Formats: sequence, structure tokens, C-alpha cells
Amino acid sequence: MKFGIIVFPGSNCDRDLATITQGVLHQPTKLIWHQESNLDGIDVVVLPGGFSYGDYLRCGAIARFSPIMSAILAHAAKGKYVLGICNGFQILTEVGLLPGALMRNRDLDFICDRLPLKVVRNDLAWTNQYAKAQTISLPIAHGEGCYYADSDTLERLQDQDQIVFQYCDSMGEVSSASNPNGSLANIAGICNPQGNILGMMPHPERAADPILINSFYSKQSLDGGTLFTSLIKSSELLLC
Amino acid sequence: MKFQARVFVTLRPSVLDPAGTAIKSALNQMDSKVGGGVESVRLGKYLEIGLEAVNESEAKQQLDQMCDRLFANPVIEEYRFEIQA
Repeated sequence: MKFGIIVFPGSNCDRDLATITQGVLHQPTKLIWHQESNLDGIDVVVLPGGFSYGDYLRCGAIARFSPIMSAILAHAAKGKYVLGICNGFQILTEVGLLPGALMRNRDLDFICDRLPLKVVRNDLAWTNQYAKAQTISLPIAHGEGCYYADSDTLERLQDQDQIVFQYCDSMGEVSSASNPNGSLANIAGICNPQGNILGMMPHPERAADPILINSFYSKQSLDGGTLFTSLIKSSELLLC
Repeated sequence: MKFQARVFVTLRPSVLDPAGTAIKSALNQMDSKVGGGVESVRLGKYLEIGLEAVNESEAKQQLDQMCDRLFANPVIEEYRFEIQA
């Protein structure tokens, strides 16, 4: 499975991602500069976290006009995989591949933390190695992660089972008390109706390298790695 | 013709504005003669654009597209602009 990680000026999680996909999981991985226009041979396009174009105007707004974007739209339209993490999720909403918008956190603070999440769907290529409704732990690091959509859009997201991850407490309870940033319906990640495009604020790539386990991060987990192994597993199943 | 435009981008009324709310409470906490009466604050963006177009209606059309495609995110924001030759 070949990963293509798009690098915008201001991206800063691109190498972390490559460390996981290539270094840990031994999948061919290419870093693709945003001025390029070719995604031939790429199976999974990843839009990494960071601050593309300095977050000027709005997070993700300017990345939308990068030359690589038309190739990403064509890739997505073929039903191929697109993953947007953090700033990548913001870009996916700005470009219209996912509905809604990500706004300033409710309490105006930049949140850097490790939080429990509920895996709402485990029937996707992204999540098939998780248990249904499993509570996992992933790092978040954002100032603009408050998911917003109008009520019709939110209803459609719920009707079409597009909510993939929700912020919850350690018991798996999704409540306003376990909502770090004011996101509607505690949304941490959503997909498109077909399920090939996933956007999420938490950082799976920061919880996927075994070298970080047993280090001073006592709360560290490998729960993010499961997202990547799910994807690889699903492609192996297709080959059989 | 050269035109000068002033573009105002604001959050839709239905969208919460935590930054505006924080500014309002700061105003309410300062000298009560100055900020005591402030009932609401909405924080937005202001852009000054210089552009060249054949006439005013063409310039307005271009500005509408700039706003729709870049300056404002229609999910959360609305815009208006003023234009001068």
C-alpha cells in the first residue's frame, strides 16, 4: 500500500507520518510537495497536521488552492483513500471533501493533551481492527478543532453514520463533560458517505511507534497505529 | 479602471463566537463608563483589496467570487463589501 504524504509550507507532521508508514509499517511512502500535480501509483493520500500557509485567513483555506489539490480531488473521486489529520482535516472541510468547518476551540485555548475517544464505526477500511465502540486514547494538539455544521448537515452526518470518532470519558461515555473543544456531537473525526475520505483532529501517527511505549509518557498508547494497520489489512483482504 | 474595495467577513449570526464573547467580557470589566453598556461583540475580518477591472459591475463580480471562494467560508461566515473607483 503506497502512501503519499502532501507537504504544504507549514506542514509539520509529515515526517512523523512517514516514520510510521515507512519506518514502522514498512509501506512505500512518498513525501509530495504541494506544487506537484501527480499522484500516480499512490493508494492513500495523507494531508498532515501543521499550519499550512501559517493558518493565514482561516486554517486550511489557502492550501485549498495548491496545485496538488486537483489531483487529490480526482484521487478522492475514484473512491481512493484520503486521510486528513488535524490541519489536514481542516483542509478537507475547506476544499469541500468533508462537510462542516473547524472553528476556534470553545474556551479559546490551544489544547495539547491525550484524550479518550470512542470508535463509533469499525466497519471502515480505517477502523476494521478496532472493536465497535472501543475506547482508545490519542493525542490532540489544536487551537481550531471545534467541529461545526448547520443542523441539517449534522442530522445528515448522523443519519448516514459518518461520525467515526467522538470525544468521550475514560469509561467511553460521550457527554458534554468529555468535550474538550466544543465540537458538535463531540465529533473528533468524520468520513464521507462512501467512507474513503476520513478527517480527524486527533493524531494517530503520534501513538503508533512502539519506541515511545515504556518511555516517560506513561499514558502513551499504540491506538493510532491500529488505524494504519486497519488500512493495510483491508488492502490485503482485497488482494485475496 | 482601478478600484479599491473594503471587504468585511463576519461569522453567521447562528455561529457562536467565543473570541467575541471574551472581548465583550473584557469590555464589561473595564471602566464601567466605557465598556459597561456593551451588550454584544462579534469579531470579524476586514480586507482592503486594490484591483483592476473594466467597469464597476465586473469588479463587483470578481469580488463576489473572491469572497465566495477564499475570503469567507460559507459554512460559518458571510461577507459584504464596499467599492470605490
